[in-house]
Amino acid sequence: MHELSIAMSIVDMAEEEATQRHGRVVAVHLRLGQLAGVVKDALLSCYSMASSGTLLEGSELRVEEVPVEIFCGTCNAPRVLSSMQWFACPVCGTPSAAVVHGKELEVSALEIEE
Amino acid sequence: MSTPRLVEVRKNVLKQNDVIARSLRERFQNEGVFVVSLVSSPGAGKTTFLEKTLTLLRDRYRVAALVGDLATENDAMRLARSGAPVKQITTGTLCHLEAAMVQSALSGWDTTNLDFLFIENVGNLVCPSSYDLGEDLRLVLMSVTEGEDKPLKYPTIFNSADVAVITKMDLAEAVEFDEHAAIANIQAVRPGMTILKVSAKSGFGLQEYLNYLVHLAESKSTAHAESRP
Repeated sequence: MHELSIAMSIVDMAEEEATQRHGRVVAVHLRLGQLAGVVKDALLSCYSMASSGTLLEGSELRVEEVPVEIFCGTCNAPRVLSSMQWFACPVCGTPSAAVVHGKELEVSALEIEE
Repeated sequence: MSTPRLVEVRKNVLKQNDVIARSLRERFQNEGVFVVSLVSSPGAGKTTFLEKTLTLLRDRYRVAALVGDLATENDAMRLARSGAPVKQITTGTLCHLEAAMVQSALSGWDTTNLDFLFIENVGNLVCPSSYDLGEDLRLVLMSVTEGEDKPLKYPTIFNSADVAVITKMDLAEAVEFDEHAAIANIQAVRPGMTILKVSAKSGFGLQEYLNYLVHLAESKSTAHAESRP
């Protein structure tokens, strides 16, 4: 369970931005890959705890889940996996460990009231 | 009150960890030390496997280890029996090691004369996957007693590691371990992954594993020497 420390990092990062921009953060947008090793629901419940008493108190964490995308050498194209238990091209079946997306753990944007 | 404005940020949440991990990797590169980390569930045999590794490598190489543990110093004491220098990182309630913990454990420790440094993570197949420690090679261990479907349950950790090590092979027959299924499951979540089979107790597969480590370490130091002007 490392979601609390991840939530605290998100709050720190957003506070810094909010201070620079002299605004109040209403929402934080997060891109969360399925391979990032972070559980969305656990992160959401940690977020309110991590943000309470900070400039981010009362703000909302909006999580955009990013599916795992591999590069298929046979099709010569990126493909979204059909299952996390099968790292292969869903079109032609060629196995691939070349992960293009799915490891993201990134604050993508902030909604700020000025 | 005005409607909120959407401001693009695009910042990696683990940036701080990644920056420290990168500086550790540079340090290890300059010092010529090959760094191997171990992750597994609790009880997969990391400490026994590492104790054996240290003991066998010590004949020919300068080796040391860092070991992460939630509360006790038992693992460090066990590893110290190998005769290699060992340092404990007690993580308290934290379920994984972070690059900053490795960095502070190494402060004041001269690693310039080392050939190999091993980092044993806290027993956990979830949290360690998010944190780069600056290592050259990450081993994920799974024991024959855990069930062949571990890789399917934890695809993330198998994707953060470089090599899978199947441990306790001496028990394979007793627990009716289906080796074929285990290997197929590893390959399903990480196609092409190198898989080693070992038993720290009987010695099975250890020589092959050590040869593999030595080969990787030598390739790294050759590549580094060639990259120098």
